[in-house]
Amino acid sequence: MDIDSNLRREIILDNYQNPYKKEKTNDSSYVKVNSNNESCIDNLDFFVKVEDGKLVDICFDGEACAISTSASSILIRSLIGKSIEEVKNILENYKRMINEEEYDKELLGELNVYFGIQPNRKNCALLPSKAINEILRRVSDGEDNQNR
Amino acid sequence: MNREDFPMLQKDIVYFDNGATTLKPRSVVDKMVHYLEDYTSNIHRGDYDAALRTNEEYDGVRKIVGDFVNCDLEEVIFTSGCTMSLNMVVFGFMKNYLHKGDEVILSKAEHASNILPWIKLSEEIGIVLKFAKLGNDYELSLDSIKEAITPKTKVISIAHVSNVIGDVRDISPIGKLCKENNILFNVDGAQSVPHMKVDFKESNIDFLSFSSHKMCGPTGVGVLVMKKEHMNRCNPLCYGGGMNQFFEADGSYELKSGPSKFEAGTPPIAEVIGLGEAIKYLEKIGMDNIHKHEVELKKLLVEELEKIPNIILYNKKADSGILAFNIDGVFAQDTSIYLNSYNIYVRAGNHCAKMLKDDMKIKNTVRVSMYLYNNKEDVLKLVDVLKRSEDIFKVII
Repeated sequence: MDIDSNLRREIILDNYQNPYKKEKTNDSSYVKVNSNNESCIDNLDFFVKVEDGKLVDICFDGEACAISTSASSILIRSLIGKSIEEVKNILENYKRMINEEEYDKELLGELNVYFGIQPNRKNCALLPSKAINEILRRVSDGEDNQNR
Repeated sequence: MNREDFPMLQKDIVYFDNGATTLKPRSVVDKMVHYLEDYTSNIHRGDYDAALRTNEEYDGVRKIVGDFVNCDLEEVIFTSGCTMSLNMVVFGFMKNYLHKGDEVILSKAEHASNILPWIKLSEEIGIVLKFAKLGNDYELSLDSIKEAITPKTKVISIAHVSNVIGDVRDISPIGKLCKENNILFNVDGAQSVPHMKVDFKESNIDFLSFSSHKMCGPTGVGVLVMKKEHMNRCNPLCYGGGMNQFFEADGSYELKSGPSKFEAGTPPIAEVIGLGEAIKYLEKIGMDNIHKHEVELKKLLVEELEKIPNIILYNKKADSGILAFNIDGVFAQDTSIYLNSYNIYVRAGNHCAKMLKDDMKIKNTVRVSMYLYNNKEDVLKLVDVLKRSEDIFKVII
């Protein structure tokens, strides 16, 4: 089902103005990365807690535009509690959608609001997924201890 | 003024990002194309007609720059841009000149290229960086600089016009103060040389840096004006052809004196020639006229924006064509994306002045920066679009 543009805007705006899990943590069991876009001024920190192969908690904090902030909020809501493999699959499909490639629409749920995003906003939309991918890379490389 | 000279303004755009780079008039583009199509050749090496012509044009620009900022032509060094010029001052000259414990006065409103090289040098040789206090409007006053001076102060390094706040620093009295106290005066002219008359000699400047592309010229070339007396002490950052007298297998060598010493390799010839044409273009209009025009436009913009309740202005007072603002509660980048929907080009961010957030308590702003070709209609269009910004998210999402 295609999302009507008003509803789409409402979802994005709601997640921008009341973002889910926009909070900092000093808990050292979380892996932290800073993700910023070279081409813009978005600057967000992401914190992920991985336990038994699952992303049991994710939060983020910082300053960013409406698209980056809302995408972080929606993405985090859809990833918490999922296994690393499930998360990787969602992130890959999300990236494919943003880049206008074939993707699994059912899998992405509310993230479909970013389908057909303007080309100059793609980097904003991809900012949180890049950050979480980076965290997963660090976790699998066992680098998390050094980079907390 | 002179809008018809700028091909890019034939499109329906309002260009307010002149602090980042400026549009190019047809005459500058033509001059460069003429070199590229009709007499391309390298400088200082050929005996044929085209090469002689190139020499004449290239060297001629030194004289044009000298007349423009009132320095000797032997003091004009072509660099790749203002950033390179500032790096050349710090790593070519200051690294030889300063010692551990010597103090350098900066301000937190400086551009990255007038802070980071200093931070690196302080890491390397232990100089001390002191930040002169900014006033209530984030402006840097002569008094604040006076307060920061100690017997250990060896250098004052500041922008003539800061690139976010746009305050015009009082460089002549500061230059005088430097001379009286045996302090070297390094001036970042990136945001002033394109917009107002700058006088190297009268202001007692030791080093003046600026970029061509911020003054109607091409990218890839800038200028460092260095007092002749400093040239021997300054090391080039780059070694190679065109900058040496001789070198031998036993390791002996001698470098050229004067600007050539700092211009190893083939320079950006077309760009230097373009810069010369840009300066001629600006001088024809008159630097005082340009400055006056920008200040008038800014005044109008401030007056109009003050009527809009949710617009926050950060530098109303500053006497230049730069205005930093935000729409209350809206991230600066969202505002600039919104304005782009109406073909209004501005810049959002910290504008490379990342320390300014310590004083301003805000990281990002939208910056409007004017130039000679902006007009009242541009200002009023911006005001109109900002007045209607309650639907900003409808437009950008």
